Amino acid sequence: MAKVKGDIVVDIEKCKGCEVCITACPNDVIAMTKSVNGKGYHYAESVNEECIGCANCAIVCPDGVITVYKVKL
Amino acid sequence: MSDITKEQIRQPENLVYTKTKLLTDKALSYCPGCGHGTAHRIVMEVIEELGAQDNTIGIAPVGCSVLAYEFMNIDMQQAAHGRAPAVATAVKRLLPDRYVFTYQGDGDLAAIGTAETIHACNRGENITIIFINNGIYGMTGGQMAPTTLPNMKASTCPYGRDVETMGNPLKMTELIAQLPGVHYVTRQAVHTPAGVRKTKKAIRKAFDLQKQEKGLTFVEIVSNCNSGWKMTPVQSNKWMEENMFPFYPLGDIKVDGQLIK
Repeated sequence: MAKVKGDIVVDIEKCKGCEVCITACPNDVIAMTKSVNGKGYHYAESVNEECIGCANCAIVCPDGVITVYKVKL
Repeated sequence: MSDITKEQIRQPENLVYTKTKLLTDKALSYCPGCGHGTAHRIVMEVIEELGAQDNTIGIAPVGCSVLAYEFMNIDMQQAAHGRAPAVATAVKRLLPDRYVFTYQGDGDLAAIGTAETIHACNRGENITIIFINNGIYGMTGGQMAPTTLPNMKASTCPYGRDVETMGNPLKMTELIAQLPGVHYVTRQAVHTPAGVRKTKKAIRKAFDLQKQEKGLTFVEIVSNCNSGWKMTPVQSNKWMEENMFPFYPLGDIKVDGQLIK
C-alpha cells in the first residue's frame, strides 16, 4: 500500500504530446489522449490512481505543462 | 485509501511542483520534446532560488533560442550571431553586481562565435555560458554543425559526416577547459529526471561561482534535436544516449580551476 498519493494537472493547450513524460513516469500513470488540443497535439493525461507525486514527469517536461500535487496518507 | 478524491489532492498546500513564475505564460516556440524548454526552465528555477529576477541579465543568441527573451521573464539582450560572450563581457563590466549569462547553441557558440567564445573564456570574464549542444543546426533545417558526430546524417551531409572531407567534430567544452581564465566546466544532459536535477545543480554552482568572481563558468547541456535528427522525441533521447554520450561524455571537466579529465 502506498503511503503517499499524488495527482497531476496538465495544461492541455500547452502540451505538445512529445511523450517524454511517459518514459519518465515510474508507475505508468501517464498516457496520451485520443483527442487533440487546439494545436492538434494529443496531450498527456493521468490514466490510473498509481501516481506517487514524484514529479519526474514535470521535471522532464520541456514545456513545463505538468503541475504535481502530493498528500501523505 | 481510495476515498481521497483528486479534488482533495489538488489543493495548494499539496503542491509539489509547478512551472516557475520566471517563465512567461507564452507557449514555447520549440518543437515537441526539445531539450531547450527544459534548459530554459531550470535556468529560471536557479534564478528564482537565488532571488535574482531583478538582478540577472541574460544574453540571447541567434538560433532556435533566439526568442528566449520572450519566455524568460528577466532582463534579456539579443546579440548578433555568435557574439553573446562579447555582449556579456560588456554588460558584466558595466554592471558587475548583476548575474550575467549567455544561452547559446552549438551553431552559435562553436561555429560563428568561436572567436568571441574562446577569447571571453581566455580573459576569464565573470560570466556564465550555457551551451546547448545538439550536434546540428536546428533552426535552419538540420544542417551539419561543427559538433555533428562522424557518420551522423544531416541535411548537408545526407550520407553521414565524412571526417576526411568535412573535418572532425569540435569538442568546444574540452577546448575551453584548457584556458586558465575558466574556473568551472561541466557537461550535463536534460533528457531524464536525474539528468535535469544534476544539470540544475551544475547551473546553480556556476551562478554561485560567478557571484564569488572566480572566473568564467561554462555549462554544456547535450540535448536532442528530434526534428533535425528526423526522430520522435523518445527515440532521439535514446539515440542521444547511445551515440552522443560516448563522444560527449557527461560529467565535470574542470572544477575549481583544476582539470579533472
